Amino acid sequence: MSAVVNGAGKLVSWVDDRVTTNNWLKRNIRKAFPDHWSFLLGEIALYSFIVILLSGVFLTLWFKPSMAHIMYDGAYAPLRDVGMSEAFASTLELSFEVRGGLLMRQIHHWGAIIFVAAMSVHMLRIFFTGAFRKPREINWVIGVLMLVLGITNGFTGYSLPDDLVSGTGMRIIEGGMLAIPIVGTYLSSFIFGGEFPGDDAISRLYVLHILLVPGLILALVTIHLILIWYQKHTHWGGAGKSNQNVVGYPLFPIYTAKAGGFFFVVFGVIVLMSATIQILPIWLFGPYDPSVVSAGTQPDWYVGFLDGALRIMPSWEFYIAGFPISLNVLVPSVLLPGIILTPLILYPWIEQWVTGDKREHHVLDRPRNQPVRTGVGVAFITFYMLLWISGGNDFVATIFDVPVMWITRFMQAAVILLPPLMFWVTKRICLGLQRRDRDRVLHGAESGVIVVSPEGEFAEAHAPLADATAYQLTAHQRQVPFDLGPETDEYGIPAPRRRSAGVRSRLSKFYFGDVIPKPTRDELEMAQHDGHGAGEPGKEREIATGPHAE
Amino acid sequence: MTISRDDEMSDYTTEAGTELERRERAGDPIGDPGLPESPPRLTDLDERAARRAERQVAGMFGLAAVLTVAFLVAYVVFPIAADEGGVDVGAVRDSNLALGLTLGGALLLIGIGAIHWARKLMTSHQVVHERHELRSNDETRAAALADFEVGAEESGFGRRKLIRNSLIGAMLLLPLPAVILLRDLGPAPGGVKKNTVWDTGVRVVKDRSFTPIRPSDMQVGSLVVAMPETYQDLPDHGPARPNERGKASVFLIRMQPGEFRVEEGRENWHVDGIVCYSKICTHVGCPITLYERDTHHMLCPCHQSTFDLANSGEAIFGPANRPLPQLPLAVDDEGYLIAQSDFVDPVGPSFWEMNT
Repeated sequence: MSAVVNGAGKLVSWVDDRVTTNNWLKRNIRKAFPDHWSFLLGEIALYSFIVILLSGVFLTLWFKPSMAHIMYDGAYAPLRDVGMSEAFASTLELSFEVRGGLLMRQIHHWGAIIFVAAMSVHMLRIFFTGAFRKPREINWVIGVLMLVLGITNGFTGYSLPDDLVSGTGMRIIEGGMLAIPIVGTYLSSFIFGGEFPGDDAISRLYVLHILLVPGLILALVTIHLILIWYQKHTHWGGAGKSNQNVVGYPLFPIYTAKAGGFFFVVFGVIVLMSATIQILPIWLFGPYDPSVVSAGTQPDWYVGFLDGALRIMPSWEFYIAGFPISLNVLVPSVLLPGIILTPLILYPWIEQWVTGDKREHHVLDRPRNQPVRTGVGVAFITFYMLLWISGGNDFVATIFDVPVMWITRFMQAAVILLPPLMFWVTKRICLGLQRRDRDRVLHGAESGVIVVSPEGEFAEAHAPLADATAYQLTAHQRQVPFDLGPETDEYGIPAPRRRSAGVRSRLSKFYFGDVIPKPTRDELEMAQHDGHGAGEPGKEREIATGPHAE
Repeated sequence: MTISRDDEMSDYTTEAGTELERRERAGDPIGDPGLPESPPRLTDLDERAARRAERQVAGMFGLAAVLTVAFLVAYVVFPIAADEGGVDVGAVRDSNLALGLTLGGALLLIGIGAIHWARKLMTSHQVVHERHELRSNDETRAAALADFEVGAEESGFGRRKLIRNSLIGAMLLLPLPAVILLRDLGPAPGGVKKNTVWDTGVRVVKDRSFTPIRPSDMQVGSLVVAMPETYQDLPDHGPARPNERGKASVFLIRMQPGEFRVEEGRENWHVDGIVCYSKICTHVGCPITLYERDTHHMLCPCHQSTFDLANSGEAIFGPANRPLPQLPLAVDDEGYLIAQSDFVDPVGPSFWEMNT
């Protein structure tokens, strides 16, 4: 054995003598990790979370989570002798009196923005490729919870400096709380220790922000990773890859070097962004004052969709025996998150119920092969993006030089009409792509060469696909709509649970009724023998030319 | 042991599953050609290319070390110390840029170097591992359940109902102390949200300067942000002042008589066309600041709720529903603007008890 192994071996053996680790090492040191760019999205989320933890610890060494009122006499001259909270003053201190403090603040903020963005895109990847299917439902739910916690912690962190922008954000949240029937006023009074803004909110948000929420995220990340490890990573279908194996590069050394290196890349990019792109210059906004607002300030991107919903919601409010039901606030700030999150968390089970498919799935779906799921996903993205754009409707109005009312009215209609339209468009595109895959498998790829047959017919020669490519295009499972079966059995006994089975059958037809079936063995042979001049026995996949009507 | 409905279901679906699988796989057009050999890389074939890659990786790691030292140097040579006139923001910016570029560059180079090393020089063969069905086999399942049953039997949890029920009762009560302990997070809201420091005879003073206002000070079309004079009596420390800013802030505008509609019951709330409205939006409480002089529209910058000040502050666009509350104005003996009373309508966002 080499010197390296001998050196490391001593330590490994020392540990193994005590906790039998080599048993685990033997099975895992060459564990296969599949390679694909889309598998890096979750890694970005994980690494940016670590960057946030590191920079956050640095910030706590100076930040004072207190709303005690003081007269500023620090280094930043324009705000001297201005009354402000200790939280805001200590944020100024971090920015202007601690070398690297501003950099760390910006790393922390950029890290948070990238963290939530990476989690969101990672979730979309999981959704569109069907990686949430059995046995990975638990990790799907954990992922959604982490996204919610990440957004929560982003918002609490945004509020802590107690500057003008963050205070306005808290005020809006308080307005949302007040709209909750019966308990809203109490909720607000308990959270703010009395009236808004009070002098308790910052210290209370602080403990949530640095202890409770990150602790929960850390616990969930741990379970998330253990499950990925134990259940083994999914992989894309293709030659040599199946539902019974996992093909990839070994943990040691390839994956260790690549993933370890990628951590430094993510860290480095966040630091470079923080060095060059200024984010929220709080010293220009000044301390929070509930009677002042600066126009045109925006929340962090992940809160934008809620703010957009608040902007375009019609002004519906009514009274029951004098008690207000403020739908104009309640719907966007309380109901909307619930309406989005509930089906999101339940989606693996919804699809499982519709398709009746309770098998384990380790091979990813190409989105085109699940037209309805892909369509639903795109419809959701459309809905979300429209709300997000509505969150900047004043900017959009400025860009297009139209009254902001027009943008609001347009968005009110668009959030209702565009998602179904985008569902339909996406589904048609998916079916078109399925047809193209089918054609390529049956007739080969277009070669760009025009040939003349002895009969004088011009046709484009089609080059046959490589076996591996053809297999990749047909590796997915054939989708059959759930069959309702006869209404009564052979003895005339009505089938049980007929009504729910009927719903399920209709939904299953909706999912799979018009998918383009992949070719069968017979169809492939027919297509190959049907070609002009092709079809020598034994060389069936050699060449297939000519236009082939189906 | 009895078989539950769920067991029946899962048995059924397992069977259906394998049946479905067989049906799907039978008609597949192309068999799995097996994992293709990955083609050799240039660094596998050409020793010179391999040495070049080695130099590249080492170069990146070396440069990362240089940048780390540069970070330490930058920490010293870019001071941000403040003098009498305060800190130089430009110096802070330079320090931020120098520290960030060196540290970020070092991290990035270590990362890219490691990935480059893996891609060019580490052996690149994919490995294939078998997956195993995640559920344990039927024997193990049955054995585990049987063991559980033995334990349950030995505890007598099902049999000794008195113990079971008293334990469940005790455990159900236990969270209550945790809940009740949170009670003192804040006071019961009471009517505090409905009242502000505005009161009969309180002078309307300009915000920040706290100077009283005569009607003649206000031009037609002008807007003045104002506070109650008694605001200054509130303690400087503690939450009283910010809380009051969040609900007692008002603005005054002056319109031509006849330019605005006076609602019934509010005939004497204005002084020569000077009206006073709450500055706090009735949607979710942002301070309203954007005044359009020609139309007398007041726009909230947060969510674009628009209020018509020429028509009793009615909400005419955007998500807000309730009109802006109006403060009844009068003039005192010395000719300064005063409030006739506190706001009649609740200020700020709607809340459950606002009409009680």
